[in-house]
Amino acid sequence: MRFDALEAVLLIPLMAAALLAALPGYRLTAGLNVAAALLTFLAAASLLVVQPASGDYLLVDDLNKVFIVLTTFVAFTTSVFSASYIGHEIEIGRLTPASVRFYHAMYQVLMFAMNLALVANNIGLMWVAIEVATLTTVLMVGIYRTHEALEAAWKYFILGSVGIALALFGTILVYMAARPVIGEGLYAMVWTVLVAHAAKFDPALLNVAFVFLLLGYGTKVGLAPLHAWLPDAHAEGPTPISAVLSGLLLNVALYALLRFKMLLAVNPAALAPGPLMVMMGLISCVFAALMLYRRRDIKRMFAYSSIEHMGIIVFAFGMGGSLANFAGLLHMTMHSLTKSAIFFAVGHIAQVKGTQKIANMGGLTVTHPVLGWGLVLGVAAIAGLPPLGIFMSEFLVLSSTFARQPWLAAILALGILLALGGLFLRLNTIAFGEPRGPTAPAQASYVPMFAHFAIVFVAGIYLPPQLVTGFQNVARLLG
Amino acid sequence: MHSITFDIAHMLAGSLVLVSFMQLYQDRLYALLNTFALHAFILAASVAWQAFIQDAPHLYLTAMIALVFKAIVIPVALHRIIVKLGIHREIETVVGVGPTMLLGMGLVALSMVVMLRVTSDADPLAREDLAFALSVVLLGLLMMVTRRNAVSQVIGFMSLENGLVLAATGAKGMPLVVEISVAFSVLIAFIVIGIFLFRIRERFDTVDMQAMDRFRGEQR
Repeated sequence: MRFDALEAVLLIPLMAAALLAALPGYRLTAGLNVAAALLTFLAAASLLVVQPASGDYLLVDDLNKVFIVLTTFVAFTTSVFSASYIGHEIEIGRLTPASVRFYHAMYQVLMFAMNLALVANNIGLMWVAIEVATLTTVLMVGIYRTHEALEAAWKYFILGSVGIALALFGTILVYMAARPVIGEGLYAMVWTVLVAHAAKFDPALLNVAFVFLLLGYGTKVGLAPLHAWLPDAHAEGPTPISAVLSGLLLNVALYALLRFKMLLAVNPAALAPGPLMVMMGLISCVFAALMLYRRRDIKRMFAYSSIEHMGIIVFAFGMGGSLANFAGLLHMTMHSLTKSAIFFAVGHIAQVKGTQKIANMGGLTVTHPVLGWGLVLGVAAIAGLPPLGIFMSEFLVLSSTFARQPWLAAILALGILLALGGLFLRLNTIAFGEPRGPTAPAQASYVPMFAHFAIVFVAGIYLPPQLVTGFQNVARLLG
Repeated sequence: MHSITFDIAHMLAGSLVLVSFMQLYQDRLYALLNTFALHAFILAASVAWQAFIQDAPHLYLTAMIALVFKAIVIPVALHRIIVKLGIHREIETVVGVGPTMLLGMGLVALSMVVMLRVTSDADPLAREDLAFALSVVLLGLLMMVTRRNAVSQVIGFMSLENGLVLAATGAKGMPLVVEISVAFSVLIAFIVIGIFLFRIRERFDTVDMQAMDRFRGEQR
């Protein structure tokens, strides 16, 4: 059997999941989890060098290469963070060995599902993969079995399922639109075939399909009227899962949305998907920025910050054009790296303090200088201060919009500034002032966090030309 | 093509919408479960009829799954859970029966207007199926938001999925991948839900979602 990197990206997590479900012992399984994530990342990185041929089911092109490499990289660093985080959770008895075994197996199943969603060339297969990813995260969010965790998992499950059901209806409508042109059967669901023939599809049917897909996958992206599950799921699950949710799963749903946007862009008679996305993005950004001011729970606060940034990203892709797409792509990458690094810091802080309530934290820069300043750096990055990476991508989004729609740019800038204010208001309590809460030294792994910050820092100053050309190709592809 | 095949398919899909309406006003859990079983049974019949008229044998499999799994296994299992949890009392709806039914009619009208308008080129069977399917999906959604009991929310979700299966089978020649995945997702969903219900019981001694809302993170 021919075996290439594309299959490896899918098979390694799957085999690792089976293995981790069978093996006892936390140290061994945590190590294996890291090793599997590293191998998957290496396989994904090799896709950049050798591009395997695409088939009826799997596809590799410039667009999903970016997503796969980013996903597997953050998954790898998160697994390193998760090893030390879970170790502490076992020590204090919040997790039992059995639930840790389950957690590790689910972690790999989630990796498999996300990678499958990214490489699927069949819109049905992509839908199945996103559904599996949702279900595994539901199980992991509920893993602590507390009132809050169960309620969060239930809410996530119900809202996620409704979203995914609407997305399936949209997928069926796309098939209905494709059938008269392509004919019955498998090929009417293969994305590469669809995009080649999309110009001849019935535009009215495509429009309705896109509305369903936007609402469905938009729920998973966490866009504003449909975001209710997101803060709960982030706050109550284990912190590595918050990092994966914010940094990766939202991106995967966004990727699905982008694929269908490309489909609509080919058909001249269909409605332009841009304005819808711009509107939802703007609402999400401003709404989440306002919500930042009233947060008392540190993980919830950063969950709202994720909604804000997904809003900015969807806004950028909605504006379209090569510059805005480039900015959106860069912003997505920077947000994934920064937000997961912040969650690494937040996870250790919450463990040290024994709580997630902001009121019970204080003076972290004095008591835990590395964690405290790490968080300050992270918040500075996520709020978009220069010279960090997010400043650059936000600047690009704003300046490209300003040239075309000054009013929209002004609203977006307002949202970004509001978010900056909200974040720093809370950061002031957490990182500076009188030390509050326990001050025991942290047993933390700082490497993943600072590795992410290093990349974000460098990206703010210098982008390698290969990366720029790569992103520009994708931006052109997105239209 | 107003032949007998069309009429039967039309009748079955229409009955599905009707049973969706019946679900809306069931205020006891047992009755709701029985209505859901009927819903799944009609779905199975409808899918089997589609398999027959489309000459697509793989759809019989989907019909079998709907019949065995959704019309028999799940209602029986949920029946047991309800007995075990001791919650055969009345289920309160958030909105009254009258407004709920009116809302439901509005949603059906909406889906007719939307789907029939955009699919004017498709063959009449597919477009009416799609309009009915969207009605069932929206009615399932309505049920999920008007109930606050976890079991009835689950039933609402499953009738929503029934609407999706109706849409998928009405789309002629849709690849098998999707049908199996839909059925499979229901299976997984059910396992998840089963686990959840038991754990909810363990922790809360209730499956009333309003009681659970008290534990929301922001209100601590």
